[in-house]
Amino acid sequence: MDEDAGSMKRIINCGAGAVVTKSIGLKPRDGYANPTVIELEHGILNAIGLSNPGIKNFENEIKTLKKSDITIFGSIFGSNTKEFVELAKKMQKYGVDALELNMSCPHAKGYGLEIGSDPKMVKEITANIKKSVNIPVFVKISPNLMNIVEIAKSAEKGNADGIVAINSVKAMKIDLELETPVLSNKTGGYSGKAIKPIGVRCVYDISKNINIPIIGCGGITTGEDALEYIMAGASAVQIGSAIYYRGIDIFKKISEEIKQWMKQHGYNNISQIVGVSHK
Amino acid sequence: MNYPKVTKIIKTIEENPDVKTLFFKYPQKIKPGQFFMIWIPNVDEIPMSVSYIQDDIKGITFKRVGDATKKLFKLKKDDKIGIRGPYGKNFKITGKNILFVGGGTGIATLGPIVEEATKKGIKSTIIIGAKNKKEIFFEKRFKKYGAKVYISTDDGSKGYKGLATDLAEELLNENKYSSILTCGPEKMMKKLLELSKKIPFQASLERYMKCGFGICGQCCIGEGIRVCEDGPIFDGKTLKKIKDFGVYKRDSAGRKIKL
Repeated sequence: MDEDAGSMKRIINCGAGAVVTKSIGLKPRDGYANPTVIELEHGILNAIGLSNPGIKNFENEIKTLKKSDITIFGSIFGSNTKEFVELAKKMQKYGVDALELNMSCPHAKGYGLEIGSDPKMVKEITANIKKSVNIPVFVKISPNLMNIVEIAKSAEKGNADGIVAINSVKAMKIDLELETPVLSNKTGGYSGKAIKPIGVRCVYDISKNINIPIIGCGGITTGEDALEYIMAGASAVQIGSAIYYRGIDIFKKISEEIKQWMKQHGYNNISQIVGVSHK
Repeated sequence: MNYPKVTKIIKTIEENPDVKTLFFKYPQKIKPGQFFMIWIPNVDEIPMSVSYIQDDIKGITFKRVGDATKKLFKLKKDDKIGIRGPYGKNFKITGKNILFVGGGTGIATLGPIVEEATKKGIKSTIIIGAKNKKEIFFEKRFKKYGAKVYISTDDGSKGYKGLATDLAEELLNENKYSSILTCGPEKMMKKLLELSKKIPFQASLERYMKCGFGICGQCCIGEGIRVCEDGPIFDGKTLKKIKDFGVYKRDSAGRKIKL
């Protein structure tokens, strides 16, 4: 639900504090043939392939959205520093409030994780974008890394304003009857309930090693899930797949559940809970 | 579970030279107007309305137009396809005298609801709109149910010469219908919505889809209205508020394309 202005507006009306756009590249991209999204026992498997209308066509969506005074994170992906910087400048010009650098898409050749697994690239791209724009820059990183802490540190060294963790987990599904992978791209990224413990661990480890804020995500379906991420060190959370599990008004439900829990446990400000599990 | 169940085709029918119906076993209940995601292995997965509901056996009816439907058209008995669903909202029967308007392959979607309405003893009038007489299908099927069938063709090769909406306008002037149910080209449905005035109206919409279960946003129209989950059947009141209706759709990249 991040494709166009209308759907992002609906998400805000359903209680979200901000929206992250679809990841946008320089040129329009069709993405992969279907099947691109399927549900498995404990999560959702996708390989959309970074389909997007291209930055030029996206200008109108941002401008439409900004009329309603909505906080927008413009998500961008490029294959090198130059592309990233160009996209970042354009997003800022169109009016987004912050940037999210997609350095973690697990299923697009030459983009996403292929950039985000190289600490030097992460630092260089982040630093160059920071020099080119004055809005906050967040780097979304992947759990499919042995050196996730090092990658997060590289983003911090590049002056990132924050980290977003995690993107989907590399995964695949084979159909027994047809003896073939179901996704047209064969492999994809797993999201939803199953990946929550993976995300919580990543946020915990990153949070121990950096001093910039973290936005936690991966499998958050309830207020308690969100609180777990917050206790691991996240200052905010993102929700996507759980729209399927609990409906589009999940944002209101989760906020309410967090408030309830805080009330029951004597907290009046969520910042009191951020990173509380690091004792 | 939104995962394709692989099943064998048990029968195929050629409805006309370019339109085919495939039957397969899929015991899950589906209502008229709802749709399946049909997986054609190694080619594509596409949304398709149910066109026949016969207990455990379900059918889909389609025209060969793109890669997916061309491949689907070639499939024979015992070939395997993947099915997931049903998805979306269904048509609802209101009143005792319904006008159905189907344009092109939109006729396929109306099959099961015309069947249900006539079985319930509801007076059913249906307009089958096509470019020419070769493209018509389901005429016999609807007559067998006892529906009153009108045909319109753009070239006049059969029935009324002109657009289905022109014929509908004439029928609406002469008769009192309790509701209008339609599926076909969006421009046709938009015109029909204007003609419907205060008569309850339901239309089945089509958009490029990926997930089919309301998370990806690919098929959204208006202010985040998901054709897969909030539709594909929409009432007239909702459609009047959607500026995109009859104006544009989006391709797989998310670019706007004029209808």
